[in-house]
Amino acid sequence: MSEREIEELKKLLKGTLDPEGDAELRRDLWPAMLQRLDARPVLVPWWDWALLAAVIAVFCFFPGVIPALFYHL
Amino acid sequence: MDVAERFAAGDPEAFEALFRQYQGEVFRWIMRIVRNSAAAEDLTVETFWRVYRAQARFRPGAGSFGGWLRRIATNVAIDHLRRNRTEVPLPDDLGMSASHPGEQGEMRRQILSALGKLSPRLRGAVLLALVEEEPYEEIAQALGVSVSAVKLRVFRGVRILRKELSKAGVHP
Repeated sequence: MSEREIEELKKLLKGTLDPEGDAELRRDLWPAMLQRLDARPVLVPWWDWALLAAVIAVFCFFPGVIPALFYHL
Repeated sequence: MDVAERFAAGDPEAFEALFRQYQGEVFRWIMRIVRNSAAAEDLTVETFWRVYRAQARFRPGAGSFGGWLRRIATNVAIDHLRRNRTEVPLPDDLGMSASHPGEQGEMRRQILSALGKLSPRLRGAVLLALVEEEPYEEIAQALGVSVSAVKLRVFRGVRILRKELSKAGVHP
């Protein structure tokens, strides 16, 4: 592929899409940023995930414990 | 101590100062890649959110804050293209050409459709290099790759675009 072919395609693309280099930000985004900073994500400690995984693993490998668990609940 | 150094030291006021100083620049850079102002605004906030979380990883001596910020903004924009794989926003005046409105509009639609078929990495490189005419060095820095890697991406992008366009009967 030659430089000429790249230039032709560039011309075609520029005829379709205007450069956005001069796009202006119409509003201050700081309030949106503050909102984002204030929205604390729900953090689940890693050991809770480990415990959940262990319980699921026990249920998978020893399904017999499920009715026993319900009996004791 | 300059603002970037104060930010690295954990000063929250320095983060606000940097946000106010760079938000316009980040928005414009993201616009060049995603070409949608609403999405670019959200992605500008997302960029600074990542900056805030990565505060501990910023080393003032290792490079400029602006360069680091631009690289994060580029990653955020490319991630957005990945999530919206085939979406290339249509210009407002699509199909409104004076001479052959329908024909022109159809051709532009085909060009945008061909652009949508490029992978996000190739599309980003093609848009920045060919439409925005950014220097290869600057694109390379923003993408975190070498100049030759950028040239290769543009070359591959152009090759795919030409193939897709000739399939659609559009010959540049």
